[in-house]
Amino acid sequence: MSEFLFLYRGGESGRSSPEMAQQTIQKWMAWMKELGAKGHIKDQGHPLERAGKLVKGQKKVVTDGPFAETKDIVGGYTLIQANDLSQATELSLGCPIFEFGGSVEVRPIMQLSM
Amino acid sequence: MELEEHLFRREAGRITAALTRLFGMHNLALAEDVVQDAFLRALEVWKFRGVPENPAAWLMATAKNRALDVLRRERTARTYAPELGRLLESEWTLVPTIQEAFSPAAIKDDELRMMFSCCHPRLSEESQIALILHILCGFSVDEVAGAFVSGHAAMEKRITRAKKVLAESKKLFEIADGQDFSTRLPAVQRALYLLFNEGYHGASPQSAVRTELCQEAMRLTKILLGHPLAATPATYALAALMCLHGARLPSRLDAAGNLSSFFEQDRSRWDAKLIAEGQELLNLAATGPELSEYHVEAGIAAMHATAPSAERTDWRTILSFYDTLLSIRPSPVVALNRAIAVAELEGPERGLQELRAIEGRERLLSYPFYSAAFGELELRRGKRKVAREHFEAALLLARSPMERQFLQKRVDACEGEDATAETPPARVQKAEAR
Repeated sequence: MSEFLFLYRGGESGRSSPEMAQQTIQKWMAWMKELGAKGHIKDQGHPLERAGKLVKGQKKVVTDGPFAETKDIVGGYTLIQANDLSQATELSLGCPIFEFGGSVEVRPIMQLSM
Repeated sequence: MELEEHLFRREAGRITAALTRLFGMHNLALAEDVVQDAFLRALEVWKFRGVPENPAAWLMATAKNRALDVLRRERTARTYAPELGRLLESEWTLVPTIQEAFSPAAIKDDELRMMFSCCHPRLSEESQIALILHILCGFSVDEVAGAFVSGHAAMEKRITRAKKVLAESKKLFEIADGQDFSTRLPAVQRALYLLFNEGYHGASPQSAVRTELCQEAMRLTKILLGHPLAATPATYALAALMCLHGARLPSRLDAAGNLSSFFEQDRSRWDAKLIAEGQELLNLAATGPELSEYHVEAGIAAMHATAPSAERTDWRTILSFYDTLLSIRPSPVVALNRAIAVAELEGPERGLQELRAIEGRERLLSYPFYSAAFGELELRRGKRKVAREHFEAALLLARSPMERQFLQKRVDACEGEDATAETPPARVQKAEAR
């Protein structure tokens, strides 16, 4: 088993009705639950606040986030266990974020071989 | 942890009512923004961390904190609820005031206040119901438009206008004033009655939507019953009526999801528990001299709900109820239902006479079940060709695929030669017209 990080970007539904918000949550929970039941979740992760600070360059210039466009902001992450990159990618396909125009970045955690 | 169905919708109404009491009616939009924020927050957190132990309390607490932020930040920029304004100005009183405002008892009263506010006399009944659905039941404009089979733009306009009327009064309706309360109560009862009817008979093609409207009407009526001044005999009768009709909801659609005629409904699918509850409420309604239209309608519904079959129904008593109902609230639709009862009792010819004699019948001309009633009675006396023409006319007026399918089946039932006297008469397919 290798580990992978899912980075979620964008996919905010914007102004939605309470019913739609509830349905969206239920879809996410169903997806997470299924991944968990199959033993793919190492850490279900956390959501990230939209606002933050960006510190950059040798001069360590501090600027306010959010950075770039909303669709590029990382909104949260999950730590996944899968056989290989292709299985991990396959697992991401069920994520409800795609319905709202978001994206999932699948990144292998680097293996440290001594 | 699973989420209770429609939890967000219901909590949206409760939180909006509580916030509006704090912020004032003129700041309804601000209250709606705070609710929206709380829900977005839930969306972000719950999808990663799962649903908390008490989701409703989580939403409420998040909205409460957000409200505190808003009140602190915009303390000087806005004016809030007139009666709470001073308490919100000082940091000493701000937190306790908000704690109190979000207590369960306070929120129940706020829902009641909002219900009464929405039934403002300057608003049409349609606007009142749209507001109730939008603000108290958490339906988006699109969802309200869907429930009433109306366009988004038209509904948006209606709701925006209605909110402006609300905003003029600055604060929520004061339920402590007995006089004002009793004056407005009938409008509230009427709005809930119409909301229920929209679900029961309305034109929305989705049966799920319609069941939800009935459930919301019942939920709000329960809140009315919980307040001593609002729990009048008429309110009990209204609640009884909803239970007795609601009990028949599951059988209005057959196994294939098609609208089924009242006479063909599988009575074993009627909800016995709701029927019992309805009868109990009807007993509670009979405690004074008041005889409201809801009493009479509930009486009719109780006769149907307890009859073993359509044939073995006390149509004579039902007819006398319809006579009473016509005298309390004359309406062509009531007269239409009365004509069907006459036909059951005295035969199709008499029924047809009554149908033709309905006062204000021109208002029924766009209603598919008026033509359909003619069709049924003609069919019943063996006049298949005439019956078919009536059903075809009704089919052109159908408002949903479900109605269309139902009426098409009635057209098909008219196949064949006009019957002779020996042919057993078909039963009247009562349309359960509103």
